[in-house]
Amino acid sequence: MPTTSIALNETAAVRRLLSLADDALVLGHRTSEWTGHAPLLEEELALANIALDLIGQARLLYQAAGELTGHSEDELAYLRDPPAFRNALIMELPNGDFAFTIARLFLVSVASDQNWRRGFDDPTLSAVAEKAKKETTYHIRHAAEWLIRLGDGTEESHRRARNAIDALWPFTGEITEQRAAWLQVVTPVLHRATLRQPEDGWMQSGGRAGRHTEHLGHLLAEMQILPRTYPGAIW
Amino acid sequence: MGRETRGRRQGRVMADPATRLWEVFVRARNGLAHRHAGSVHAADAEMALQAARDVYTRRGEGLSIWVVPSAAIVASDPTDKESLFEPTGSKIYRHPTFYEVPDEVGNM
Repeated sequence: MPTTSIALNETAAVRRLLSLADDALVLGHRTSEWTGHAPLLEEELALANIALDLIGQARLLYQAAGELTGHSEDELAYLRDPPAFRNALIMELPNGDFAFTIARLFLVSVASDQNWRRGFDDPTLSAVAEKAKKETTYHIRHAAEWLIRLGDGTEESHRRARNAIDALWPFTGEITEQRAAWLQVVTPVLHRATLRQPEDGWMQSGGRAGRHTEHLGHLLAEMQILPRTYPGAIW
Repeated sequence: MGRETRGRRQGRVMADPATRLWEVFVRARNGLAHRHAGSVHAADAEMALQAARDVYTRRGEGLSIWVVPSAAIVASDPTDKESLFEPTGSKIYRHPTFYEVPDEVGNM
């Protein structure tokens, strides 16, 4: 495997696959950062399971993109620089506290779940969706139940959950094109969590076009250093 | 997050009476009984069910999960061992080993 960054001929189909794959990989990597740090052993495994679901989805999508670009899944994950990543900005934001991690997982999972359920003509995407929608159903359940308990919990947990939702809201414009349907799921959960739903105002964007926050470079540096330093390294 | 922060947080969660202990029972296949798999900490039944799923069914072990508050388990007293269990030791006729099984029966 080479170690220099690859350049892709990004057709619309490739870009669509990379958007989905990069979303899953970057959020999967962020979620995996909790390993060794979660507040409870039970939650540690829950987050690790979710991270592995997401990375599994990313692999299938990179394999599909590989058939169009001639690059392996590893090359697509490890040999692209931040501007070549097509993930939404919300995926790359640092984990923050547990409330932030859970709130993001909830907001993103609702969008992903709806996306996987909309139906695909492409047989490969259709197969990925069949597997992914079962996983996202559980991700929503897990994150929503936590968010309700944090929001409707102690004063401290409510404050943290509210701050998380407020901080994340401007990043939710990029994760769904069906905002009304997305809100139909999100709003009742915020209500049960006794969390105020922020007004829709200015929305951050640019991730799909490769204009990322400063956080993605750090994430990729950590994720890519091993294969770039030791090409072809295996377990 | 430093080790100190984590230790403090963990200590608080573990000591929190809101994070109760639950016993987990998993049924692996249709027709089998639920078997005790272990225990989890969780604040309530829904979170206990999720924790059980995440901790004890990661390798395809389960089709069904039960969680029961550990406090609801009524256990026998170890000091009653003699009176509860030893009397059966002299009653070997309770074991089904006094039958001739006809060959035609095959595997039982």
